[in-house]
Amino acid sequence: MKKRFSVALAVVLTLALSLALFSTGCTKKADDPGTSDSGGDVIKIGVYQPLTGANAAGGELELAGVKLANEAYPEVLGKKIELVVVDNKSDKAEAANAASRLIEKDGVCAVIGSYASALAIAAGEVMKSNEVPAVGVSNTNVQVTKGNDFYFRACSLDPYQGTVMARYAFNTLGAKSAAIIKNNADDYSVGLANFFKEEFLKLGGTIVSETEYLNDTQDFNAQMTEIKSKNPEVVFSPALIDSLALIVKQARENGVTVPILGGDTYENPDFLTLAGESANGCVFSTFFDAEGASTEEATKFLAAYEAKTPGESPSAATALGWDAYLMIYKAIEKAGSADSIAIRDQLVLTDFDGVTGKTVLNEDGDAVTKDWVIKEVKDGAFSYLATVSPA
Amino acid sequence: MNTKPLIFQNAMFKTILVIVIAVAVTFVYALVGSGMPASQFTQQLFNAVSLGAIYALIAIGYTMVYSILNMINFAHGDIFMMSLYFAFFSVTLFHMPWPLGFIAALVVTAVMGAVIEKLAYKPLRTAPKNSVLVSAIGASFLLENLATYLFSGRPQAFPEIPVLMTGFTFGGVNVRLISLLTIAVTIISLLILTYIIHRTKTGMAMRAVSTDFEIARTMGINENTIVTLVFIIGSALAAIGGFLWGVKYTSILPLMGIVPGMKCFIAAVVGGIGNIAGAVLGGFIIGMSEILAVALFPSISGYRDVFAFVMLIVILMVKPAGLLGTTATEKV
Repeated sequence: MKKRFSVALAVVLTLALSLALFSTGCTKKADDPGTSDSGGDVIKIGVYQPLTGANAAGGELELAGVKLANEAYPEVLGKKIELVVVDNKSDKAEAANAASRLIEKDGVCAVIGSYASALAIAAGEVMKSNEVPAVGVSNTNVQVTKGNDFYFRACSLDPYQGTVMARYAFNTLGAKSAAIIKNNADDYSVGLANFFKEEFLKLGGTIVSETEYLNDTQDFNAQMTEIKSKNPEVVFSPALIDSLALIVKQARENGVTVPILGGDTYENPDFLTLAGESANGCVFSTFFDAEGASTEEATKFLAAYEAKTPGESPSAATALGWDAYLMIYKAIEKAGSADSIAIRDQLVLTDFDGVTGKTVLNEDGDAVTKDWVIKEVKDGAFSYLATVSPA
Repeated sequence: MNTKPLIFQNAMFKTILVIVIAVAVTFVYALVGSGMPASQFTQQLFNAVSLGAIYALIAIGYTMVYSILNMINFAHGDIFMMSLYFAFFSVTLFHMPWPLGFIAALVVTAVMGAVIEKLAYKPLRTAPKNSVLVSAIGASFLLENLATYLFSGRPQAFPEIPVLMTGFTFGGVNVRLISLLTIAVTIISLLILTYIIHRTKTGMAMRAVSTDFEIARTMGINENTIVTLVFIIGSALAAIGGFLWGVKYTSILPLMGIVPGMKCFIAAVVGGIGNIAGAVLGGFIIGMSEILAVALFPSISGYRDVFAFVMLIVILMVKPAGLLGTTATEKV
């Protein structure tokens, strides 16, 4: 009797566990699984994003843009385009696995993703060795595309972003001293911090404090006590969405009242919810703002976004998701086939006016000519400050 | 029965005294060496103590389970995480006033701890220890994945409780009510627990079961009741730690229990696993080493966890059984 109970229990637990794993791993796969086997009539584009784990909030923003673009441009060369979406669980190893799975199992001709530069870098080698082109959406770390002929991106880079913020802090905010706090285990955070520091020092400012932390850190009181004691005029804190709110909140609690500057990750509704009032006074650079948008594609995107989520204004990551999809779409159209190499050869020549501005790639495959948008958090909402040129 | 206060009963007092002096000397040395203003140093010390206090609460759960069952309950960090979600939902979804919501979450967490023991550990009571360990890791994964599935991977905002976040400045030190409360709660929990274990019948039964399962049973102690009770107490303390954590840091994630869980496990080992005072001491040491690593060496603060682990290695090299632990001969 007892033995039978144990066996039953083991079975139930195993089922529960596999259910949990299955659900987190596979539910988001494709919108219409029925067409996935029909082979010749569809062109498959893979999307790998963190849909669970620490960066899920960012992954969902990008995915929303890709899906909207797919609805607006559902067909190319007379074939239906099918998105195959996999979750990379905000994990570097999992990101490489997800990319392999898309290419080897699902046979996609191109890949979009992933949110978080570190995840894209981790999967970069898979794209390269399989010769399947990938387009990053909002990853701004240099290493994502450098030395990889198969990785492109719809956005600009950390050097430009860090530099733009350093100039804004020094010239517009008039800050002469800054403190930097960065995530030592994250390529995006370290990259931005380094370029900010370089430019800020070059302009004649001083960095009075530099502190670090690691992934999964939740207590920043020690760092904030240190920063407060140095009395900087601004704090530069490039961070991913999971630590952002914690940092900003604990900064305010410890009496750090000066503006907190950062990068594109700040533009996330979750940040406002989590940080609440503490978020006010944060200034950051990003890729897109509805107010500053001027292209035809932007009008189309804004209308589609409004139709789907009335009354909300889209994040830059969502706008870039649209552009990333469009880059691949246009490359397939020009190549006249869904062959991976042919698509890659056309991606190199990308030149069109996207939602986020003129998209032309440099030799590494980065859209560096795009303008940056500076925004601030005011009264619990993002508000447009300025559009600045990267030069 | 010995009537002297527990703390004087054995070498424990002496050990604590030595450690306190050693730690104090290190701090004074660091203070002089770093040239840091006294108020900033005091602030960091306060940060350290309030972080250490939460670690201590969670570490007690590890150590209690170990002393009874000789196993590491790897799901403990995830029980901590679940308690935060229970509190979160009782306030946001069921609109309970927060004190009531916290009590409800505390009860649910305690029950969950007991249920996990019944389902995942009890069937393996006579199995080799490794099997129980694997079962514990399984329970941990189950909770993490279940939480990710049910609550999504996006961080949620823990309800704000302005009363507890009120702050004041005392001699240049910025103090929040929640931090004071954390320290008080930890000390009170330790005292109550020590009283239960050393002054009540139930406590005596707990000590008996931890000394020898089988002989305790022959003496008429229902060991299953005792084990359940230990899991209830451990989980309840994790839940209390959870609320304090949630109120202070206000962001909750399904995988947030892993790192604090790991650190508190280390705290329990540093203090001498199986010893409750040791777990509290270990919690404070880990909290302090982390904060002071940042305070004294801000430019390499990214490696602050390394300091904690190095400390673990050094302590275990000097005292393999942990600071307050005793080397017991392996039961056959």
